[in-house]
Amino acid sequence: MIDIGLGHYLTLGAVIFTIGVIGIFLNRKNIIVILMSIELILLAVNINLVSFSIYLNDISGQVFTLFILTVAAAEAAIGLAIIVVYYRNSGTIRVEEIDKLKG
Amino acid sequence: MELAIIFLPLIASVVAGFFGRFIGDRNSEIFTSLLVTVSAILSIYIFYQVLFFSYQENIIIATWINSGTLNVNWSMNIDSLSAVMLVVVTSISALVHIYSIGYMSHDPHKPRFMSYLSLFTFAMLMLVTSDNFIQLFFGWEGVGLCSYFLIGFWFKKESANAAAIKAFLVNRVGDFGFALGIFLIFYLFGTVNYSEVFEQIPTITEKKLSFLGFDVKAIDLICLLLFIGAMGKSAQILLHTWLPDAMEGPTPVSALIHAATMVTAGVFLVVRCSPIYEFSELALNVITIVGMTTALFAASVALVQTDIKKIIAYSTCSQLGYMFFATGVGAYNIAMFHLFTHAFFKALLFLGSGSVIHAFKDEQDINEMGGVWKNLPYTYTMMIIGTLALTGFPFLSGFYSKDAIIEFAYLKGNTVGYYAAGIGIFTAFLTSIYSWRLIFKTFHGKFNNKKIKISDTHESPLVMLLPLVLLSLGAIFAGMLFKDLFVEHGEASFWKNAIFFLEPLSSEHPPTWFLLMTPLLVTLSIPISYYIFVKNKEILINIVEINKPLYVFLKNKWYFDELYEILFVKSSKKVGSFLWKFFDVRLIDGFGPDGISNFVKQLSQKANKFQSGFIYQYAFIMLLGFSALLTFLIIYN
Repeated sequence: MIDIGLGHYLTLGAVIFTIGVIGIFLNRKNIIVILMSIELILLAVNINLVSFSIYLNDISGQVFTLFILTVAAAEAAIGLAIIVVYYRNSGTIRVEEIDKLKG
Repeated sequence: MELAIIFLPLIASVVAGFFGRFIGDRNSEIFTSLLVTVSAILSIYIFYQVLFFSYQENIIIATWINSGTLNVNWSMNIDSLSAVMLVVVTSISALVHIYSIGYMSHDPHKPRFMSYLSLFTFAMLMLVTSDNFIQLFFGWEGVGLCSYFLIGFWFKKESANAAAIKAFLVNRVGDFGFALGIFLIFYLFGTVNYSEVFEQIPTITEKKLSFLGFDVKAIDLICLLLFIGAMGKSAQILLHTWLPDAMEGPTPVSALIHAATMVTAGVFLVVRCSPIYEFSELALNVITIVGMTTALFAASVALVQTDIKKIIAYSTCSQLGYMFFATGVGAYNIAMFHLFTHAFFKALLFLGSGSVIHAFKDEQDINEMGGVWKNLPYTYTMMIIGTLALTGFPFLSGFYSKDAIIEFAYLKGNTVGYYAAGIGIFTAFLTSIYSWRLIFKTFHGKFNNKKIKISDTHESPLVMLLPLVLLSLGAIFAGMLFKDLFVEHGEASFWKNAIFFLEPLSSEHPPTWFLLMTPLLVTLSIPISYYIFVKNKEILINIVEINKPLYVFLKNKWYFDELYEILFVKSSKKVGSFLWKFFDVRLIDGFGPDGISNFVKQLSQKANKFQSGFIYQYAFIMLLGFSALLTFLIIYN
């Protein structure tokens, strides 16, 4: 049985982070997927923080993780609310149709 | 009082020009005419003072330029020369003002017209009363400007605008020479005041200058450059093309500016500068040759023209030629004499032809006239008087002045002088033929106009006839009365030191046969022209048929316009369009404004593509940028 060390955790964090980032810009379908991708990125950060907290025996990393989770929950709620309002206004939440920023 | 002569026309011009709308057409006409008339009366008084009490003064109105050694006063210099010009300018101007009230009665822009006329009078007075070359130049340009305004007065007429621009441009050529002449004077003498310049002239007679790679005598150069200016303004051959076209303007303008006053400014300049010209044999010979060529050329062209005003315009050109060759042979006083008498009879002829044009409802072609002498008795009489005076019929004004010119040319005694005298006599004959042709075709023979009935031609109103009568008095008596005054010369004479003679003019008399020749030819030409232009037109047609090439040559005015078209107009058009299409559009605009704006446009079109509006792309770019930044920091930290 191999010993699971810091490197494995960090790798896991990096993999999840990468999946999250790629999910943001390869995604053509739904804006909710982008929201989920952001959650993934935040989770990857949390894994990093917790790993280092245990590795360094410093509790503040885990305290930060709790904060981030709280903020992430709030952010998800606001994000979903924005999406709902946006859907009411323009009738779609397909990513390729949201291009109002174009000048 | 002297200042009133100058400023009354200016006040009249300002009031009619700026306030004509408020005081009304009739009031501005009366106001300008009145003020200019007062100015004329004062001028005559000044002339009287100069004549009998040797009045002479230089009134300085203001200091104009005072910079380093250049001191220019705005002054009013009264001596016998400017007194003569004052009388000519203001009296003709006053008569033309009055005449215009009648002539322009159907025009919608009367105050503007009167304002221009008065402004012209002011500028002309500036010119003749100046005591330095700069003020002279100011007046010179002022009259040119007013001439431009008045030729193009009917601005809706395309041809009038073209003629105005042509007059301005041709004069620019002359003015360029004139300006160079003034620069040269300032360069050599360090002053532009007449008296100081004239004093220093004898000291530089041998001085040589390098001009355009040639070594020339400074004095010749000054004289020739000034003469180029005079040629432009006085419509001498090569620079004459604007004068016939200037007839597009209203007839009173032609009478005032293009016959009596402005065009004689060139002659005035040469006479005024007699202390310079007397030292330049070369310049005097050039003036004689140019003058007599112009006289002959213009008279020959006038023979075949059909526009009543153009005939008189060419006649003016020809008479100016006479004045110039009078100055060329050194008879400056005679040139002034001819200028003086010419002003009366040529203004009379122009105003008379204006009356005819008025009667024919703006018809100017003499082939469309004829047989109306009974309907226009006063105009007819005045025109006859004008013609007799112009041709030099014995005892009318032209007789004294023109014959004096020819005599003095003969008495000059050199080749140029004899040649000039010969041409002078021949031209006098031609003058007489074309003048009588004008009279006979206009007033005698069959009535040829198809547009209006003969009974509809009517005599002009009194306000137009009155100036004609006054001018005709001048045309009859000016020569007889002022003959001795003008012809006499020397210290004790009327001219005193206004005109300078290096050697006194010959006081001998030419042989009797010579004296009789001109009047004889002139008198003979009346029945001749009556015969060929009224009685027996077959002969005329035959002459034209036989000399077809000559006729066409004259009809086309010696092809001067066509020549200039090829030489100057087309080539400068080519240069212009090259500069426009290649230099301006392709080089300057291509690389300058247009090039830069195109570059920015293309660049921004490319940059525009980044702004797709898709959030995921923005996020991607942010990520890339952030990664690049991180990488950079990690590697180089």
